[in-house]
Amino acid sequence: MASIAKTAQAGTLESSDVMITVAPGNQGSGIVIELESIVLAQYGEDIKFILEKTVKDQGVTDIYIKAVDRGALDCTIYARTLAALSRAGAVLKEEIA
Amino acid sequence: MKNAIGREIPETISGIAAIKPFAGAFATSPKMTRQAPKVKTIKPTDRKLVDNLVEVFKKIPVTDGMTLSFHHHFRNGDGVVNMVLATAAQLGLKNLTVALSSVFPVHAPIIEQVKNGVVTGLDTNYMSGPVAQAVSKGLFSKPVVLRTHGGRGRAIECGQLKIDVAFIAAPAADEYGNLNGVEGPAACGSLGYAFPDAQYADYVVAVTDYIGEYPLSPISIPQTRVDYVVKVECVGDPKGIVSGTTRITKDPVGLKIAETAAKVIQATGLIKNGFAFQTGAGGASLATAAFVRKMMEKDEVVGSFALGGITGYMVDMLESGLFKKLMDVQGFDLEAIRSLSTNPNHLEIGADFYASPFNAGCAVNQLDVVILGATEMDTDFNVNVVTGSDGVIMGGSGGHADAAAGAKVTIIVANLLRGRLPIIVDKVLTATTPGETIDVLVTERGVAVNPLRADLKEKFLAAGLPVKDIQELKQLAEKIAGAPKAVKTGEKIVAVVEYRDGTIIDVVRQVEG
Repeated sequence: MASIAKTAQAGTLESSDVMITVAPGNQGSGIVIELESIVLAQYGEDIKFILEKTVKDQGVTDIYIKAVDRGALDCTIYARTLAALSRAGAVLKEEIA
Repeated sequence: MKNAIGREIPETISGIAAIKPFAGAFATSPKMTRQAPKVKTIKPTDRKLVDNLVEVFKKIPVTDGMTLSFHHHFRNGDGVVNMVLATAAQLGLKNLTVALSSVFPVHAPIIEQVKNGVVTGLDTNYMSGPVAQAVSKGLFSKPVVLRTHGGRGRAIECGQLKIDVAFIAAPAADEYGNLNGVEGPAACGSLGYAFPDAQYADYVVAVTDYIGEYPLSPISIPQTRVDYVVKVECVGDPKGIVSGTTRITKDPVGLKIAETAAKVIQATGLIKNGFAFQTGAGGASLATAAFVRKMMEKDEVVGSFALGGITGYMVDMLESGLFKKLMDVQGFDLEAIRSLSTNPNHLEIGADFYASPFNAGCAVNQLDVVILGATEMDTDFNVNVVTGSDGVIMGGSGGHADAAAGAKVTIIVANLLRGRLPIIVDKVLTATTPGETIDVLVTERGVAVNPLRADLKEKFLAAGLPVKDIQELKQLAEKIAGAPKAVKTGEKIVAVVEYRDGTIIDVVRQVEG
């Protein structure tokens, strides 16, 4: 599975949460991340890293991700990203296992 | 050059007179006489009431390059600063310095007055909103001077902040210039921050929308110091001036911090008859007061006084007999105003009386305990309350550094993690209050004690409080949130942070954008 079936969203704009929107990418488009964060200066690189790693680990290679972050911890970003992928039609490795 | 807390301060800063680096909280002594304003006389038949601001500007006269001062008791409801500066612009004045004790979002029109050259200098103790953001992006060509509340009083008394004309937003005035803050539609309570301005300015102008019968009473600022009274339609929006009630936080983390802070105070042994206390109006600070109150009630302790910005909660403690006096430099709500105007044990004090380090003794020196906040604190206990996580100015010392220096025990209450950001860093972006004046940090995950206060640490351990090393607390936060990268700033100095004694404790540099 190189991409996802449809656009989907998970998370909220509450403090300490993140809202993740995922949309299918064209074949070969790669992982495109758009990030807004209140802690961009301090944690921007970390957030991008976890977003990219999470989708890659699910075998998704072509996807558009928009993350609007309100200071979420890595575990929250990970969970919200998985939820968005699942809602977008990805079958998560965790679900198969 | 490096100052006493290791901050790099340039030898000279364009637009700022002789730089003296911070040398220690009590290391710098004054060597001057007090500022002497012009001596005045008026004839028995002279009148002070003037029809409008333009006329006052012409009578004084206000000229290019003058320093105009303002107080901030109207907070985000203030109409006077913008009105006066619009008058200056209308008359084509240039190169004015605005000495406004605190800047709020409502003061956004200052930005236009800077762009058109009417205002070229700003001197303040706190700023938030559009002006603060614009300052951070380099609005002014010379740095803004950030002082403390006590430091502003000192600078005025010592002639370092020389005021040509003080414009006093007065909720009530009589035609002969007696002023108070407890009557009229824009009642704000104490006028304390305007006291030094009224005492030392060359000219004092009261701007009011409520004229009472002569002689007005009570008198906060007397006719002997007021040259003109201008009646305008409206001096401010009461909704921005006072809040109806002050609420105590319901946030469970805030409450946990507050409860721990109260136990910390109890463990110091200072909650006994004569207890003197200051706390802020926000978040965990006021909640701490609620927990302290319970302890006072349980042990039947009668405190001496509560100090600083006064809320209805403090008024209730006064009226319940838990404190004998309130010393009020700024009222936050309607209860504070009512109490000030009716209760002789509720005292109105000036900024100098409150916190100026260069007089024969200010009120903060008599404090047992003060509860303060922080946006950042470093492992040397230095506190930042000036710049936010993005490096943009979002506050200022106000009375922070003053109360910290004066109190026997200074406690910072703060969430170990604010959103994702750890409160403890290796080096604060902007040092506001020196670590030597901070004794304890209380967070939801533990209490850190300044190594200078081994006596307190012993007491806290004996009381079973969750004492942790500050490095340990820092690592705990970073384990949860990750280590944050430092914010990058530009080179241009947009503000100098002056310690209460007039030395420079740090500088604020421009942010991109």
